[in-house]
Amino acid sequence: MLDKLKGPIQEIQEFYQLTGRALRNVARKPHYVDDIILQMDSIGVGSIPIVLLVGIFTGAVMALQLGRELQQYGQTGRTGQAVSIILVRELGPVLTSVMVAGRNASGIASELGSMKVTEQIDAMRALGTDPIQKLVTPRVIATAIMLPCLTVIGDLIGMAGGFVVGKYFYDLKAVQYWSLAWRALGWSDVGQGLLKPFIMSFSVSLFGCYFGLKTTGGTQGVGRATTQAMVWASVFIFVLDFFVGLIFVNGGATV
Amino acid sequence: MADAGESLLRFENVTVDFGDVRALDNVSFEVRQGETRIILGAAGSGKTVLLKTAMGLNPPSQGRVFLSGDDITKKAEAELFDVRSKMGMLFQESALFDSMTVAQNVAYPLINQKAFHAMPRDKMVESVRDSLRFVELEQTMEKYPSELSGGMRRRVAIARAVVAKPPLLFYDSPTAGLDPITAHTIMALIIKERDVDNTTALVVTYRYQDGNLVANFRYNSGSGRLDQAGTSGTNTIFMVLREGRLIFEGGQAELEASSDPYITKFVKRPEKNAA
Repeated sequence: MLDKLKGPIQEIQEFYQLTGRALRNVARKPHYVDDIILQMDSIGVGSIPIVLLVGIFTGAVMALQLGRELQQYGQTGRTGQAVSIILVRELGPVLTSVMVAGRNASGIASELGSMKVTEQIDAMRALGTDPIQKLVTPRVIATAIMLPCLTVIGDLIGMAGGFVVGKYFYDLKAVQYWSLAWRALGWSDVGQGLLKPFIMSFSVSLFGCYFGLKTTGGTQGVGRATTQAMVWASVFIFVLDFFVGLIFVNGGATV
Repeated sequence: MADAGESLLRFENVTVDFGDVRALDNVSFEVRQGETRIILGAAGSGKTVLLKTAMGLNPPSQGRVFLSGDDITKKAEAELFDVRSKMGMLFQESALFDSMTVAQNVAYPLINQKAFHAMPRDKMVESVRDSLRFVELEQTMEKYPSELSGGMRRRVAIARAVVAKPPLLFYDSPTAGLDPITAHTIMALIIKERDVDNTTALVVTYRYQDGNLVANFRYNSGSGRLDQAGTSGTNTIFMVLREGRLIFEGGQAELEASSDPYITKFVKRPEKNAA
């Protein structure tokens, strides 16, 4: 029994060690600013098309379904309000993070995994660089900056998708949709809508880096690392979503 | 054989375990300045692990590793960066950084090692150019590793290993997977590096002819070719690893005289003027 637990416990320990070293390096020299900017472009700018596509259709389908339900109570006008709250609080952060995890946690794992199996990570250490400082920390910083930005883009485009459906299917006026959508949002909604992707970004970058750096077994190992990174990052996004949501719901109840 | 120089690297009863697998088993030896050590062994015998342990990339499970008399076994990773700047390594698959050009790859140690932080940029560019000229690949500076052949990548990796002029060099299977002509070019470069810069080296290989070449030939800077070494020979010592254990350490004559069946499999009596 204890032998069976040894493996998972060791993995958790290694993951926390990597997390600790990556975060500690944020305040330590040298800072690889070029690498951070490169990763912000790759992780952030590169993910915009997928976030736009997912955002617009999510908003559209929500408006379509909610509008029909609200129609029964004669409240179609509140579609914008419902769409904006659900998007900003929940679906925007979660879907954007899952999309970025699918694209980038796997991308990071395969890139670092390939470097590991071709001894580039060892070469980096041999030539005077800490791979965590050079490879992991820039990816952690870049994801933490870009994921909240992508979420804002996803939220806005989702609301626009909802508006298009509201206008053409339920005859909603622009002023009515947007003013209700805007007024429905409180600081708590915006706060959790930005805090969630910030926290989830660590799941994306750290799982990608962790599984990438522990790759063994050649190209087959790279494939395995890629899948594991994406699966664990996605699962943890939902776990973190629940706990951050819990804090805000409880906090909101006492306010 | 030349006089024994100062001790550069010493293994003291070093054992390396990966989980339940014992990669190195109680290995002890000492490398003195000016020596070239040829480490022979089959795949999985611990040759690469030995080099990586010497560089502080794999910590030993037991025993101690000394570099120039300094115990590096318990040093933290940050301290090891300075230690590693005294060593250069050619990795088995070259391990060039795919996202960087050849010039950026070769400049990497100069940019990242503390000892070169004060180096002016034009001096750095000159060192990179010199190093690539040494391996006759000056024209590839702006190319990416993916645009080069396997042999060229290996030569660029040699340029990167020697650019910071480390006194101790490690070559991990420098001729693995190369055709005989390219393999000879690579070995000739290793001999050239030894004779031009007077470096100490550990060469890991499974091909005895590589060791034979290093032990019996010298680089002639006048003709740019390899000449048979004189009666004094070269300061070359052979080591044989078997399943992580060091089973032989000595000169070429002793190696060839060995009756150990494992050793005789490696040592095919070659023509010494085959180069």
